[in-house]
Amino acid sequence: MKSKYIEEIIVKILMALSLLAVVGFAASIVYTIFHRGWSCITWEMVSSLPGGGFYIGKEGGFLNAIVGSVYIVAASTFLGLLISIPVVFYLNIFLKSNSKFAYVARLAYDVLFGIPSIVYGAFAFTLMIWLGLRTSLLGGILVTTLLIIPIMIRSMDEVTKTFPRDLLDASYSLGATRLETMGVVLRQIMPGIATATLLSVGRAIGDAAGVMFTAGFSDSIPSSLSQPAATLPLSIFFQLSAPQAEVQNRAYAAALVLTGIVLVISLAGRFIMHRFSKNKI
Amino acid sequence: MLLLTGASLLLVLIMGIGLYMKSAPIFEDHSLWELLSASEWKPFKNRFGFFPFVMGTVWVTGIALVLALPLSLLVAVFLTEYSRAWVKRWFYPALDILAALPSVIYGVWGSLLIVPWISERLAPHFVEFSSGYTVLAGGIVLSVMILPLLVSLFVEIFSTVPQELRDASQALGATRWQTAKKVVIRRSLPGIFAAVVLAVSRALGETIAVLMVCGNLPQVPHSIFDACYPIPALIANNYGEMLSLPLYEAALMFAAMILFVVVLLFNLLSRIILYRLKKS
Amino acid sequence: MLSRIFKQIGFSVIKPDTDDLLHADARLEVRHFDLWIGDQPILKDISLQIPEHKITCIIGPSGCGKSTLLKSFNRLIDSVDGVRMRGSITLGGQDILRSNGANLIDLRRRIGLVPQRPCPLPMSIYGNIAYGCRIHGIRGRRKLDAVVRHYLTEVGLWDEVKERLREPAGGLSIGQQQRLCLARSLAVEPEFILADEATSALDPQSSKIVEDLFVKLKEHYSIIMVTHTLRQALRIADYVVFIYMGEVIETGDAGQVFHHPQHELTRNYLSGVFS
Repeated sequence: MKSKYIEEIIVKILMALSLLAVVGFAASIVYTIFHRGWSCITWEMVSSLPGGGFYIGKEGGFLNAIVGSVYIVAASTFLGLLISIPVVFYLNIFLKSNSKFAYVARLAYDVLFGIPSIVYGAFAFTLMIWLGLRTSLLGGILVTTLLIIPIMIRSMDEVTKTFPRDLLDASYSLGATRLETMGVVLRQIMPGIATATLLSVGRAIGDAAGVMFTAGFSDSIPSSLSQPAATLPLSIFFQLSAPQAEVQNRAYAAALVLTGIVLVISLAGRFIMHRFSKNKI
Repeated sequence: MLLLTGASLLLVLIMGIGLYMKSAPIFEDHSLWELLSASEWKPFKNRFGFFPFVMGTVWVTGIALVLALPLSLLVAVFLTEYSRAWVKRWFYPALDILAALPSVIYGVWGSLLIVPWISERLAPHFVEFSSGYTVLAGGIVLSVMILPLLVSLFVEIFSTVPQELRDASQALGATRWQTAKKVVIRRSLPGIFAAVVLAVSRALGETIAVLMVCGNLPQVPHSIFDACYPIPALIANNYGEMLSLPLYEAALMFAAMILFVVVLLFNLLSRIILYRLKKS
Repeated sequence: MLSRIFKQIGFSVIKPDTDDLLHADARLEVRHFDLWIGDQPILKDISLQIPEHKITCIIGPSGCGKSTLLKSFNRLIDSVDGVRMRGSITLGGQDILRSNGANLIDLRRRIGLVPQRPCPLPMSIYGNIAYGCRIHGIRGRRKLDAVVRHYLTEVGLWDEVKERLREPAGGLSIGQQQRLCLARSLAVEPEFILADEATSALDPQSSKIVEDLFVKLKEHYSIIMVTHTLRQALRIADYVVFIYMGEVIETGDAGQVFHHPQHELTRNYLSGVFS
């Protein structure tokens, strides 16, 4: 009879510990990265390109990686939106809500979302060899676009699905064309698009395995789409595998920059979601 | 629009076919069974045994799951069955952070904190020497990485259990935990299974973080303090030199195909279960 | 021993004095009870005495707070966010509102609940009835078999389901499910039964069966039901509580309230001016 109260207390203690563990993990990671990175970071690192002998500890910075990441993320986010917004509209407005095709499509995007980026990378790499392309900025952009499309589509789709179909009918019955109606919908799901974009940017900027194959790595800022480009995650990875402490320190500094960017993006996402859920229809 | 939708769907198919065609040459020399069961990896001598890599992946993923599952279940039960609103408000950002951090950052964290901890503190109690770059390090890092996914899936699944069921159980005098255990979790079992499968498939494909803490020795690990070499790490580490030998390329593409097929099947299975649950 | 350890580290395990309470006087009494959800007052200054071994019907227009009152009796209202309560509800001298932990759980055992929509737990028919016993630590195959048989017989379900006790309870018809829920709450030997519009989801025939069961059961239990159909209250109520906008307007024996209502609001409600 009493054992169930004891069990309840034990479980409560375990729950408190688990909660603490999760918060602890998050805090520990952020603290480790900031603590280690802050003692290493200098203005030179974020503002200059790798100099001669960079990987044996000579001077220089990782501006090439920052710029490369920005190029790839910006371009692939733009391409991703260009492809996913029409798809989301197609799934939600043109297809009936019980459509078999929509079911299969959603399933496929969820599955694509689950495919590891290294598989995307390996696949894109073979494709590029087949097409006679070398590792380049373009390759990095394309594989990152493929990588984020499923996330973009599914997270926008979740928001658009809650859009009441009666409202569509109302719009049609007022004599609006399909295009005008789409305008109405677009305005309503704007916050959804914003969060989906932030989510994708977060994933795109952190991805290493996909771009490893396709964008290659380079010590300079690419000046055309056909040149290879460096990215922050790869820059961290490569510098950390060097034996010299100076090079490793730069990796920690780069990790700090990357973490900072990702945390800001994630906070912004939460903020928008919060605002959005307040004045949702 | 239909075109875009259709094209993006075909991607799944094209990927499968592409990877198969690229890995086909290796099947001319070796049978599938031989590839998966042999444990010698000497590409330049035409020996491609994937067994160590398969075992490495299984070990790391297994440890990650063993660590993450009880933790995430307890957290999810707390969030849905116990928590007041204000605790959730303070707790969710921590999950957000864990979900948002890129895998290379997990790798840095693992090599700065977990690896030294294992080699200096934990391992000496059990074995004579361990570098710290071990199965266990990979498992711990991976488990933290899949935590947010598991928790958010569990919370979503538990929220589909009708409140009336909880009321009915509590009205009979069940404690909250009894209700959670015998009603909520029991009813959610298919969903929990689906979530676990999804998390496993996420863990299987994780590359950089694991690569940075696992040691990457092509051997079958015998304890959690041995180094291991999971499949994604194999692909990532060797893509540079793979063009030097035709069969080497095919072997690595075969590795990618294994990952693709396993993850694809796991994802299909769990998503279909989750869709069903959401509908009912 | 363990409880002492827990007390040492700051947890108090309150041991329910079940034996003393079980057959003590079991009056349910509400005194000056107020309830808010957020800043919204839901119930205002409720004072009531629930008579024993009778069917008490709480009537009133929808949204008047009758379900909330019912849920306060077993504190299931706790799962609603932002609830505040004042006053007292006592069961045999023990204050329900100030109980927690083991005491609250013991109180809940003494007050059974038949929900609005039948909700069989996700287990077999047998498992549903045995659930209450199991969570209270009663084990043993033979004992549980006897309990299951007795309470299924009590609600007239035994002959219908005895061949398929191990099948999931979700396979029963709605009417059977509701009787199963009734049997399930009887199996923990409560003194009170709360029924929240327990027949509203049922077809007329099953509804009649459940109603007849309540009438039969009042010999051993005190029954409080919330109902939205006046006709049902007329048929089976012994005692009536009329609630309007969160306040008790009138209480009394069924005959008196229905045939000679004192208050004008009651008269209007009964004659169907509003509903």
